[in-house]
Amino acid sequence: MMMSQAEEPRAIRVRDLVVGFGPQVVIDHLSLDVRKGEILGLVGASGGGKSVLMRTIIGLIPQRSGTIEVLGRPVGGVEDRRTQGIAGQWGILFQQGALFSSLTVRQNVQFPLRENLVLSEELMDEIAIAKLEMVGLAPEDADKFPAELSGGMTKRVALARALALDPQIVFLDEPTSGLDPIAAGEFDTLIATLQKTLGLTVFMVTHDLASLNTVCDRVAALADGKIVAIGPMHELLQSEHPWVRAYFHGKRSQMLQPQAG
Amino acid sequence: MERINILASEPLLTATSAGELLELRARGSWTASNGTILESLAVAAVPAIDRATTIKLDLADLSELDTVGAWLLEKLSRRAVSAGHRADVSGVGENYAGLIEEIRQVNRHNRLPPAARNPVVTKLDKIGRSASGMTEDVAVFLQMLGSLFVAVLGVLRRPRSLRITSAVYQLYRVGWQAIPIVVLITFLIGAIIAQQGFFHFRRFGAESYTVDMVGILVLRELGVLIVAIMVAGRSGSAYTAELGSMKMREEIDALSTMGLDPIEVLILPRVVALICALPILAFIGSIAALYGGGLVAQFYGDMSPAIYIARLHDAISVTHFKVGLIKAPFMALVIGIVACSEGLRVKGSAESLGRQTTTSVVKSIFLVIVLDGLFAVFFASIGL
Repeated sequence: MMMSQAEEPRAIRVRDLVVGFGPQVVIDHLSLDVRKGEILGLVGASGGGKSVLMRTIIGLIPQRSGTIEVLGRPVGGVEDRRTQGIAGQWGILFQQGALFSSLTVRQNVQFPLRENLVLSEELMDEIAIAKLEMVGLAPEDADKFPAELSGGMTKRVALARALALDPQIVFLDEPTSGLDPIAAGEFDTLIATLQKTLGLTVFMVTHDLASLNTVCDRVAALADGKIVAIGPMHELLQSEHPWVRAYFHGKRSQMLQPQAG
Repeated sequence: MERINILASEPLLTATSAGELLELRARGSWTASNGTILESLAVAAVPAIDRATTIKLDLADLSELDTVGAWLLEKLSRRAVSAGHRADVSGVGENYAGLIEEIRQVNRHNRLPPAARNPVVTKLDKIGRSASGMTEDVAVFLQMLGSLFVAVLGVLRRPRSLRITSAVYQLYRVGWQAIPIVVLITFLIGAIIAQQGFFHFRRFGAESYTVDMVGILVLRELGVLIVAIMVAGRSGSAYTAELGSMKMREEIDALSTMGLDPIEVLILPRVVALICALPILAFIGSIAALYGGGLVAQFYGDMSPAIYIARLHDAISVTHFKVGLIKAPFMALVIGIVACSEGLRVKGSAESLGRQTTTSVVKSIFLVIVLDGLFAVFFASIGL
């Protein structure tokens, strides 16, 4: 860490962000940096604003004040043309996959390509199959409809769609929720592999302590609308913040203790 | 591991051929945003590749590479290899080694292209499928009718198993909340019929028969038919959409696993509510139509309310009223069965929910009109 803070390349830069609904303030003067090429895990209480933070960064929820920059460009609301310009640079994996149910798997993956590029059908087919194979699916799955997929497959297809345009940043909303430990472990490995091959920056909202431990370069803890701790996993385990202590030293986190020592 | 964003430069593929050897140099940014150019570059290089026996692919000058670019380059080298030639890739930057290695593995399975089908056979296939679909529709309708009958028997055995609360709530929704719109539409229909009657009968000096026409038409046919069509559009579609989304979210499966019968819990209260609501709505609608006719008679036909009522008294009998209202519960049953069975046929996708809702409305309106025709024949033959 010899580089000074200012020189380090930033994928996402959030400053003094305030987001609220009615009288309720969910995100309270929050600042966060995501470095290029890292996998950042975001943890926080259920209903504590993790998803709100992610959705605000990608422009789905309007902010009250503060600035958000993605790849050095400011992000506004979804209607904002500037945000649309960045849209090719990021891919988003929604919690339930959000696959278009009327399109086949192949068409789902091709959708961003079709909308943004002019390519031949043949090439688009090949790219779609390539992406599906990269996320560990068989070419035979390409003609299935989302309703015919299992939970793990849905997530993989959604990841393939998020990666369709080879984005620089990928946002993952609870990527391993609803998967069995083996599938979740495979998904973690997949994310780590793709991150290395494609040079991605990954912003991951998760509750999965195992994925935090294995794939995340840094972990940020969100409590009371602020980032209360951020750093590699072993630093967070030593954090003195009461909520962070409760989160990482609760009964369910016992399995992390040996590694922490 | 990060992608360096130098000024995104125009991609290039230069070919220098020396006898049997072809040297390809890729430079610039081979990324998805340049996809169109990349594809034409790759296509342009194909003839030269087919001519050469040894290909050297030099990637040292690439400034950017992503899956699309890597795949196009891989495709070129695969083309040479599959023709039995040599293809060497050199100058792979450290950043891209992983990506290129990954791309080597993909698209290895040859998938057979779907065989082209005879258009005549396709057409015949479609006709056959829709014919068998129609028998399936009938089967589904009868099955729902049967299940409802069984559920009613169950309720007769154990009266407490009828979901009173749910039925009352549904009655509130499909009955009470529908009153304003039903009154408005039937009022207008009654007024329009009366206006047309006065306008055309005036030429024969037979204005007073307008009242007979309005009375008989509204009470026997139009009142109940219009109301049934409106209920099919308003409540039938709501039933289909509700049950369909419950099906999609596995709520119906959840009910069955708790040992409850979805027909008894969800569908019977809805159908019962509809059967109670439709006669009431048809009655209210008929009255509103007669009232609309009366207003037109007063202001357009110069007939005082007292005369209108007196004529109406002479023209119509309780029989007309009965003939109209007897049909209402049967129409309600048809609407309820179609709406609920279409709701249960929804599959996982949003598109299928929309399709089943449309089918439900179209089918129930069609069946209501057919039923009305059958009743007309029946009443005519028994002399009512």
